[in-house]
Amino acid sequence: MTRDRRLSWINGLLLPLFNVLTAFIATGIVFLFIGVDPIEATKILLYGALGYDEGLGYTLYYATNFVFTGLAVAVAFHAGLFNIGGEGQAYVGGLGIALVALYINPAMSSWIVIPLAISGGLLFGALWAIIPAYLQAYRGSHIVITTIMFNFLASALMVYVLVNVLREVGEMSPESGDFIKVSWLPFVHDVFASFGYKIARSPLNLSILVALFFSAAVWFFLWHTRWGFAIRAAGKSNEAAIYSGINPKKIIVVTMCISGALAGLVGINELMGVQHRLFLNFNYGYGFGGIAVALMGRNHPIGILIAAFLFGILYQGGAELDFELQNVSRDIVVVMQGLVILFCGGLEYLYRPVLIRFLAPIKESK
Amino acid sequence: MKNTKHSHFGGIIKKSALAIIATAVVLTTSIAQAEIKPAVVYDTAGKNDKSFNEAVFNGITKFMNDTGIAVTELEPTNEAMMEQSLKKFAQRGYSPVVAVGFTMANAVAAAAAEYPDTQFTIIDGVVDAPNVQNVVFKEHEGSFLVGVMAAMASSTGTVGFVGGMDIPLISRFECGYKQGVAHQDSSMNVLAQMTGSTPAAWGNPSKGGEITRNQVENGADVVFAAAGGTGMGVYQTAADMGVLAIGVDSNQNYIQPGTMLTSMYKKVGLAAYQSFEAAMNGTWSAGFTVNGVAEDGVGAAMDEYNADLVSAEMMASVEAARAGIVDGSIVVHDYMSDNTCPL
Repeated sequence: MTRDRRLSWINGLLLPLFNVLTAFIATGIVFLFIGVDPIEATKILLYGALGYDEGLGYTLYYATNFVFTGLAVAVAFHAGLFNIGGEGQAYVGGLGIALVALYINPAMSSWIVIPLAISGGLLFGALWAIIPAYLQAYRGSHIVITTIMFNFLASALMVYVLVNVLREVGEMSPESGDFIKVSWLPFVHDVFASFGYKIARSPLNLSILVALFFSAAVWFFLWHTRWGFAIRAAGKSNEAAIYSGINPKKIIVVTMCISGALAGLVGINELMGVQHRLFLNFNYGYGFGGIAVALMGRNHPIGILIAAFLFGILYQGGAELDFELQNVSRDIVVVMQGLVILFCGGLEYLYRPVLIRFLAPIKESK
Repeated sequence: MKNTKHSHFGGIIKKSALAIIATAVVLTTSIAQAEIKPAVVYDTAGKNDKSFNEAVFNGITKFMNDTGIAVTELEPTNEAMMEQSLKKFAQRGYSPVVAVGFTMANAVAAAAAEYPDTQFTIIDGVVDAPNVQNVVFKEHEGSFLVGVMAAMASSTGTVGFVGGMDIPLISRFECGYKQGVAHQDSSMNVLAQMTGSTPAAWGNPSKGGEITRNQVENGADVVFAAAGGTGMGVYQTAADMGVLAIGVDSNQNYIQPGTMLTSMYKKVGLAAYQSFEAAMNGTWSAGFTVNGVAEDGVGAAMDEYNADLVSAEMMASVEAARAGIVDGSIVVHDYMSDNTCPL
């Protein structure tokens, strides 16, 4: 193996692996302090997330959300943009989905309604990203600041819409009525049942296929199209991009639209797939989680799929821990997820020098 | 098939399960009551929210102390987890399972349909199913009573209301309160504001304090907070500025003794307690339990902390209003029946 190849193995595989392991060890220490046997806890976590079909269903269901937001962050990252507005884009994307799913003609076929609703999510997610993108490209307002502010705006907008527009009279919670049935994405357990296989009920639905489709599409787009090339070029060096005839302002707007559109798909899973109504904070945490997923997955769709799966395990396994052990509260679960983010995101290159010295040393020329 | 797979869990769980069974056995031999395995699922605010969930938590703690029966608790972090945890409790044979708050209604409906033999109790929510007990409160009636007191305690002719999140439930408090104030003195002015439009409005004491300051500066000298944890800021500011405040949900009179006129209590803890108790006695039933002033589910809290603030005359007026509501001569309009308030 050449040194370059070894380096890419270190960066792409070994580092994330070591980081996750360190995070688990740190979590284990925290568990010891609160009097929980870490081995036992790990067993419960892994069994709860992977050991039986219902648990695995939940894990994949959570992972689906993280795939969408992870891809959203990654696409923006390739253009050198840090989109931390995934939370808001996912939220408003949900509105786009809901408008289609609530008001479409119920006599229409699912084959038309579902793609329409997905387009609604894509469109509204993109629309929510376009203003920060424009401000960054043409007015020089920093995208980090504007996207995070747009998260708050999204929250206010959604509350207004849910409370004053979509809520049915006499309904207590700020939420919409049920979506029209033809817009529901089938549950995986129902799909399996129709083929004669019986698996446990879980929220896992066909949006996981949508997530896989968009992972492939993002990969193809970024590495096999001119636009993808232009985005990556602009992300690497603005000046070089201009020199080769790429308009970086346009790139910013287009990239952010794509990024926002991808984040807008969280609602496919949460709303069309599981809850079949629009409600407050359905997006909670997935937008920010997507940043960690993209970081851990090295902004590559395959990495993102793996990282999203890991986050799915943490969410579901964490819920299971909370359920099984009375002295593990949900806050410990957050601590655990935080440690993973810390070691995989913040301290991402902690082991790099050591690994390079041992596995890919620079040979001194004589 | 799902049930058997969980037996893989070792050590801790088996031990705790054994311990629970052991205590249950001891209990059933000592008291001749049905063995129950109660559970509670809070809403996403968590059991230490200093307000609604905490009131349920206190009721459950009392139940555990009184009966020695362990109640298993869970605080979900998202919508999917609500349904998941309810179903999981049902699947492991827990019953009754108490769900706290109206946000749980959809999750309870789904779980109740899947586990028809499990008894579910939802507090503050409405689910129409043969195995669900709905515990609801007439907050407008209780708010009416504290409104009467506020009107009597005020010397400026202006009182305030600080709501938490802008939702119909809180408008119901506001509307009842306004009616109570107007019932006592129709020339009174009520300043009403909501803290915010997201769930964060339940936990924003500094904003609560700000609104209170503003209302006091505009003449209010009694402020009623129906705002969860945000109320803490309201009570503090009221105490600092030398005006009276009214608490909510639990009896909060003790929080700022001397400046808390009263609290509009809402016995959610008792509701959870009674649900478990009924299951133990075999009297648990599905359907509606409506707790109004007549059932003493809501009302104005009187204790040693506000005794000096409440005059005999005030007591008499509150009692008269209470009696009027009970016998039907006073009808308090429910905001949520038509999403409008006559005042």
